Amino acid sequence: MNTIFLILAAISVVGTGAAMSLRNAVHCVLALTFGFTGIAALYLQLGAQFVGFTQIMVYVGAVAILAVFAIMMTHKPEPAKPSTFSSSWIEGSIVAAAVFSVLAWAVHSSSFSRQPSPPQPDATVQQIGVALMHHFVLPLEIMGLLLTAALIGAVVIAMDRKEELK
Amino acid sequence: MNSLQNYLLLSSLLFSIGLAGALIRRNAILVLIGIELMLNAANLNLIAFWRFGPNPAALTGIMFTIFSISVAAAEAAVGLGIILAAYRHSRTTDLDHMNSLKG
Repeated sequence: MNTIFLILAAISVVGTGAAMSLRNAVHCVLALTFGFTGIAALYLQLGAQFVGFTQIMVYVGAVAILAVFAIMMTHKPEPAKPSTFSSSWIEGSIVAAAVFSVLAWAVHSSSFSRQPSPPQPDATVQQIGVALMHHFVLPLEIMGLLLTAALIGAVVIAMDRKEELK
Repeated sequence: MNSLQNYLLLSSLLFSIGLAGALIRRNAILVLIGIELMLNAANLNLIAFWRFGPNPAALTGIMFTIFSISVAAAEAAVGLGIILAAYRHSRTTDLDHMNSLKG
């Protein structure tokens, strides 16, 4: 267990934990970008450079901006809410804690700890591109189709229909 | 305790944080963000298994993660679109107040 891993893990956990517990929604998204950056640094530390930079571009760049836009479009000035958490927060916390304990127990009692750590593999962008164009070309095309459908679907769902009715 | 176990523990902690957020937040946008966090924890798992697995040259962990990030981006776009449509209908993003099926 090295120091860099501990620092990056602390950044991710603190960032995401703050994102799920702060009161102001915009502060939540800012903390979330912090946590996502920590996870991207973990990817870089694991030797997956392409995935790390994709994480920064997609999550820190696109998803966080999208969430801030949605918060701004649904924001209305109102008196302070009685609570940030829903009425069933005790049950939710118990379920999440139970899931974590089961997962941690499963990881702890697994046989991974007896295996030696292999040397760092290299995954260059060239290798990833060749693999995407040869072995994974069908999933890549399906992904393009899915992204197009999602783009059109999101626009159609979010479109204001009042102008059509006039 | 080797490094793969640390990554798996961190990933399960992130998953639980995301699950807790998705279950207990009132704001629908933050519930969606909690779901994104759970997807991120799964991606971290995939990359850790790729790094410490027996055959990293096949790049399957990286491919799974790339496709998973793409699906998560599509899901975020559609999910936020649905939240905007629901907000236009009910004028709130508070999930405790979104309690009627037929508006």
